[in-house]
Amino acid sequence: MTSQVTPLAGYLLVAAFLFSIGLAGALTRRNAILVLIGIELMLNAANLNLIAFWRYGPHPEALTGMMFAIFSIAVAAAEAAVGLGLVIQIYRHAKTTDLDQMNRMKG
Amino acid sequence: MSFAFYILAALTVAGALAAVLLKNTVHCALALTVAFAGLALLFLNLDAQFAGFAQILVYIGAVAILVVFAILLTKGSDTPTDGVFSRTWLAGLAVAAAVFAVLGWAVIQTANLLPKSAPQPTVTVQQIGQALVGRYVLPLEIVAVLLTAAMIGAVIIAMHEKDGAPK
Amino acid sequence: MMIFQEQIAFHPDFVDSAVSASTRTLWLIPALPILASGVIALLKQTKRRTAATLAIGSMSVSLLLALLSFIVVLNGGSSNREFFNFTWVQVGAASVDLGWVLDPLSAVMLVMVSFVGLLIFIYSVGYMAHDDNYTRFFCFLSLFAGAMLGVVISNSLLLLFMCWEIVGLTSYLLIGFWYKKPAAAAAAKKAFLTTRIGDVFFLLGIVWLFAQTGTLLFYNKGAGSIEQGALAGLLSQHAALGLSAAGAIALLIFAGAAGKSGQFPLHVWLPDAMEGPTPVSALIHAATMVAAGVYLIARVYPLMQAGALAGGSTTALTVITWVGAFTAVFAALIAVAQNDIKRILAYSTVSQLGYMMAGLGLGGVAVGIFHLITHAFFKALLFLGAGSVIHGCHEEQDIRRMGGLWSKMPLTFATYGIGMLALCGFPLLFSGFWSKDGILEAAQHWSIAKTPFYMLVFGALLTAFYMTRQVAYVFFGAWRGGKQAHESPAVMTVPLAILAFFAIALGAIGTPAWPWFRAFLDGRATGFDLHILLEPGLLKLMGLSAMVVFLGLGIGWKLYGNHSPSLEEPDRLEQATPQVWGWLRDRLYVDELYGATVIAFYAWWARVSDWLDRRVWGGVVTGIARLFGLWAQLNRFLDTNVVDGSFDKGCDELSVGGGLLARVQTGRVQTYLRILALAVVALAVVLIWSGRP
Repeated sequence: MTSQVTPLAGYLLVAAFLFSIGLAGALTRRNAILVLIGIELMLNAANLNLIAFWRYGPHPEALTGMMFAIFSIAVAAAEAAVGLGLVIQIYRHAKTTDLDQMNRMKG
Repeated sequence: MSFAFYILAALTVAGALAAVLLKNTVHCALALTVAFAGLALLFLNLDAQFAGFAQILVYIGAVAILVVFAILLTKGSDTPTDGVFSRTWLAGLAVAAAVFAVLGWAVIQTANLLPKSAPQPTVTVQQIGQALVGRYVLPLEIVAVLLTAAMIGAVIIAMHEKDGAPK
Repeated sequence: MMIFQEQIAFHPDFVDSAVSASTRTLWLIPALPILASGVIALLKQTKRRTAATLAIGSMSVSLLLALLSFIVVLNGGSSNREFFNFTWVQVGAASVDLGWVLDPLSAVMLVMVSFVGLLIFIYSVGYMAHDDNYTRFFCFLSLFAGAMLGVVISNSLLLLFMCWEIVGLTSYLLIGFWYKKPAAAAAAKKAFLTTRIGDVFFLLGIVWLFAQTGTLLFYNKGAGSIEQGALAGLLSQHAALGLSAAGAIALLIFAGAAGKSGQFPLHVWLPDAMEGPTPVSALIHAATMVAAGVYLIARVYPLMQAGALAGGSTTALTVITWVGAFTAVFAALIAVAQNDIKRILAYSTVSQLGYMMAGLGLGGVAVGIFHLITHAFFKALLFLGAGSVIHGCHEEQDIRRMGGLWSKMPLTFATYGIGMLALCGFPLLFSGFWSKDGILEAAQHWSIAKTPFYMLVFGALLTAFYMTRQVAYVFFGAWRGGKQAHESPAVMTVPLAILAFFAIALGAIGTPAWPWFRAFLDGRATGFDLHILLEPGLLKLMGLSAMVVFLGLGIGWKLYGNHSPSLEEPDRLEQATPQVWGWLRDRLYVDELYGATVIAFYAWWARVSDWLDRRVWGGVVTGIARLFGLWAQLNRFLDTNVVDGSFDKGCDELSVGGGLLARVQTGRVQTYLRILALAVVALAVVLIWSGRP
């Protein structure tokens, strides 16, 4: 198996694993902030994917993968800021960050 | 598959696992930082120096701090009484497992299609800078606008409503 | 004797000649009174003079034309029958023809009907002067006269039947003229229904005749239904009970005549018909309408006679004779015990009609028709005289409340006396004697039986008796009424005088010495021969009948003479035989018999029908309605439970489903995220799987 797994495949697997962990965290933890943490992990896993493909891709000198990853980082930062601001605001309103208790949109 | 890769992968994964599994939210945030660091090192291993340093600067330097701030502001350090995981955590775990299964399966099935090796790219910061203001100037500007908007938005959202209507 | 014996049958050897102008315009004779009737119907009730003028005028013109036609027939050498036929309805190859005929029989009847009719019209002007419905009366009278004339000239059994029906209708209208009186309305209905019964059989006969011979015309150059060819065919057809088709049809037609001419047992309507005004009784129920039946038999006599051997008779003629003879005696018996002046005359009419029918059966057309003609005149005279008496006695009709009128109403008395003697058959001078003797002579020589002869002689005795009784009660004795009586105006007495004249004079044309009438009808010439009168057989008969008449007159005078019974005192004859008197007075219970049988059955049938209608048919209708109600309920049930129910159920299921689906909306972000991730996984699998080579 090891011989079959190329370096790229290894990175991809790691990225996949990281993505799954982040997803699991986002889906199972009660605290809203931890959901955001999970989301950050997912984004990072995606970044790793991008960089890995850039490195082992056909035209690294085009810098496409690198650029994508850089912009992803920037956007993630913005999103984290806004998201955390939202969580704080919700906390002020509901006095809790427990997601299980936030079902006002229940159908 | 060098030795470094394994170590770094293990570190990152351990940090990620800790980030989602630990009870204390602050510990989770710190573990996240470790995961970020591991990722940065992985980027460096992939000869993406700029990305790696940007990761450290932005993620560890800003995002992680933000997370900690948020935790502290929302009294997240208090351990909740009835468990940290959702009542239906198994379903979530199952979904995540399914996702990993698919992704992993996709990778392994196409493993023989992936290139075995590739020459090391030489990327200078100058090239990156030139690409940023050259080919990628539009995304650059848009990201700038986005960052501005996000900043304004975050301020507005998080602002206290003591004096009535928000600004 | 020879002349009476020979040719009992009616076998004129006529030559159907070319149609003359008189024949072609024959239709005017009935058409004018009908037209007058139509015009009068449109007039206002106040236009009395106009109505009377129209009626009398049209009748006068008809009389004139009738006289002209009579002269034509006379000049035609009496061997002429002219007819005019035309097609009325054409159905494919078959056609229904109508037409009229001018021969001695119809010419004589035309003159009689129009003359007597005209006299009665003039009389009515005076009699109905105080009636409010004067115009309506003349309208109906004209219609009747036109229809009767139509019956007389008709050459087609169908046209005859149509006019016959109109005659029946006008009889109904005129009997019930004073319709506000319940008795009059009931009498009109009775008359119509009773004659209807006869008419049903008549119609059957017509249809049968048409089916057998293919035509209803009497004379049609050898192709007519009563001419040789058709008769031969009818005789060969066998019907039932040993009768040939000819005999059966003859009997059916006689049934119709029996109804119209009041033969037993369909005579019950005639006495009740006296509820109508007296001119109506005179015209319709004495002279003309009732004579229509006799005329009908005379018209279809070849059919009645078909199959008879020389000097013999047929079944139809035998039946006619017996019925006629029986009716003559039956009605005469009842007339003896009646107290209403018109009712006595009514029963007398029934009796004389019986004589006419017997005459037809025994001696042939000439014998019967001669008596019809003479009877028309003296019976009309008697009725008009009775009307004059009633009018003079201030509408009194009971003879027990009259008396001694010979001095107060001399003209009426004189003419009435002449009529009465004519009816009784007073020897030699009066027409009734000669016409009745003709019948008696024929009865005497009848080969089948002698009983009708004895019956008719007995009837003559009774006739003399009851007429004497009536005249004695009315004109002799003391006045038993209220207000004093007075003579009638000239407009009423002049017709009486004219009729009286004819009551005497007509005898001349029928004596054995000069049998002009018979010869005229037969189409022969004849001469005056007084020696025939002195033939022993004939002399014996004349003596016998004279004796019978005197006997009747004598007994009557003896019993009732100048005797003037008061109202409470019972009749002399009643004192003698109270039980028999009771039977006779109660009209021998024929009406009661009908009431108990026919009418009771009919009432029962009506009740059954009513029950059927209400219970059975009504039940069916109600049942169907209920069925519809049930159906509606079923529909409602289906609608509520099945249609609505299923719809409601569906909606409920939809609600439940919606509820179930809504559970997906937990409101929790993580749930949504999970589903999202799951969807992405599914999508990825699909894409990858579809991308495989």
